[in-house]
Amino acid sequence: MQFGIFSVGDVTTDPTTGVTPSEHERIKAMVTIALKAEEVGLDVFATGEHHNPPFVPSSPTTMLGYIAARTERIILSTATTLITTNDPVKIAEDYAMLQHLADGRVDLMMGRGNTGPVYPWFGQDIRQGIPLAIENYALLHELWREDVVNWEGRFRTPLQGFTSTPRPLDGVPPFVWHGSIRSPEIAEQAAYYGDGFFANHIFWPASHFQRLIGLYRERFAHYGHGTPEQAYVGLGGQVFMRKNSQDAVTEFRPYFDNAPVYGHGPSLEEFTSQTPLTVGSPQQVIDRTLSFRDNFGDYQRQLFLMDHAGLPLKTVLEQLDHLGEILPVLRTEFAARRAPGVPDAPTHESLRLEKVSS
Amino acid sequence: MKLVVVSAGLTQPSSTRLLADRLAASVATQTDVTVQVLELRDLAVDIAKNMVAGFPSPTLGDALLAVAEADGLIVATPIFTASYSGLFKSFFDLVEHEALTGKPVLIAATGGTARHSLALEHALRPMFAYLHAVVAPTAVYAASEDWAGTDLAQRIDRAAGELAELMVRSPAPAKQTFIPFEEQLAALKEKTD
Repeated sequence: MQFGIFSVGDVTTDPTTGVTPSEHERIKAMVTIALKAEEVGLDVFATGEHHNPPFVPSSPTTMLGYIAARTERIILSTATTLITTNDPVKIAEDYAMLQHLADGRVDLMMGRGNTGPVYPWFGQDIRQGIPLAIENYALLHELWREDVVNWEGRFRTPLQGFTSTPRPLDGVPPFVWHGSIRSPEIAEQAAYYGDGFFANHIFWPASHFQRLIGLYRERFAHYGHGTPEQAYVGLGGQVFMRKNSQDAVTEFRPYFDNAPVYGHGPSLEEFTSQTPLTVGSPQQVIDRTLSFRDNFGDYQRQLFLMDHAGLPLKTVLEQLDHLGEILPVLRTEFAARRAPGVPDAPTHESLRLEKVSS
Repeated sequence: MKLVVVSAGLTQPSSTRLLADRLAASVATQTDVTVQVLELRDLAVDIAKNMVAGFPSPTLGDALLAVAEADGLIVATPIFTASYSGLFKSFFDLVEHEALTGKPVLIAATGGTARHSLALEHALRPMFAYLHAVVAPTAVYAASEDWAGTDLAQRIDRAAGELAELMVRSPAPAKQTFIPFEEQLAALKEKTD
């Protein structure tokens, strides 16, 4: 099982000090956080992609390429890559290039993006979100698998005799996850291709995602990729830990109460009881994270949101230390519970070996 | 069949609830239903929190599910500022997309004066038409003076009869949870050709 972190890349004022990081500071902080993730033993760092303030990561492959050069082991991913407003041709090129530079330590998570005004900035229309996601991904999938592509669709100019370069490293396209918070069409899409399905369930109750993940597993089997239990599921989570549970609550509360992302609606207590947000001791985080498996079955990737809501870099790095400390327990406990026959998340190496053996 | 009553009355007791109960009782005499009543005043804070947080509390989640799974709905609101109450609208803003498609709905409202009766026709009916519900032809409005008259009972029975018949005749369609991928791809292809 893979454990990692995903960053939205928001620039948010620290409500306890009133300090707002500059874009430059936030970008550098994201890099520091990614390096720290590798240092504490995490498997994945994923960056968001946004094209509007207060978010900084508009150019994920630039950032991930830089991180790739400064890391050895960690998988670099996205959360998410906008399959709707990016040209699939450019995604094919950019991520294949990144894959070469990072020696295969790359996968992607596709997402649609839910901010209406962003679409027209890239010549698109949010009302076409699902058709864009379907058509663009179909093209991306083909570009990574066929050396010469002739293609015609609804949303971009036709391609004649086009070869996307560089070709994927070792002829193995990066593994793809599809992220969705409410669309059965995307669960169906992930199932059709035998790709992974990521449920960023951090702001919603589990029941909401049980239906989507259930559908994805069932359709994954329908399309002949394996049993429902063998489907590739990833989940989001968010945690804040201190040795003493009450210290964690006291320290995190002002961030919770003020961060726009939590909406100034439900209280911290309501939020932690109704969503995966866990604020407490390391043991509480372990217990809560293990409970995700009870809700969704054995899964392959757990990403935590750690650097948001205006938390200062120093605190985030301390949190990553805590996460690193409980990681061995999480690994052992998840492994002990896992049913036989459930595969790991595909990596470049596993996909390469699969390709060689077939 | 499952009949769910949504009442947006704010006072206790409320005339909106009284009207909703009489409609439900009349439906129950005309067809076989189990009745569940949702009082939105009890859910008001949860509705506001859902608006800003994006997910319902367990209690509100149950209420939204009850609406989605109902075979028929009676929806009743006081008329505030020439339209349905904000609470009433907020609740239906949270109902899952397409949950009301094909669902029989009886619309009802109360107000201090008969002058607002057409709010049912210019506010509630278009709203439920937008949600693709099947709205009973008779809408029931009760102004203060109606509670003293005899006409209201007749309108209640007529509207309830229409809802009962819609529930029996055109049960809400089973929801398709997904479109098979080949169909999604094919639909795009068609538009290209």
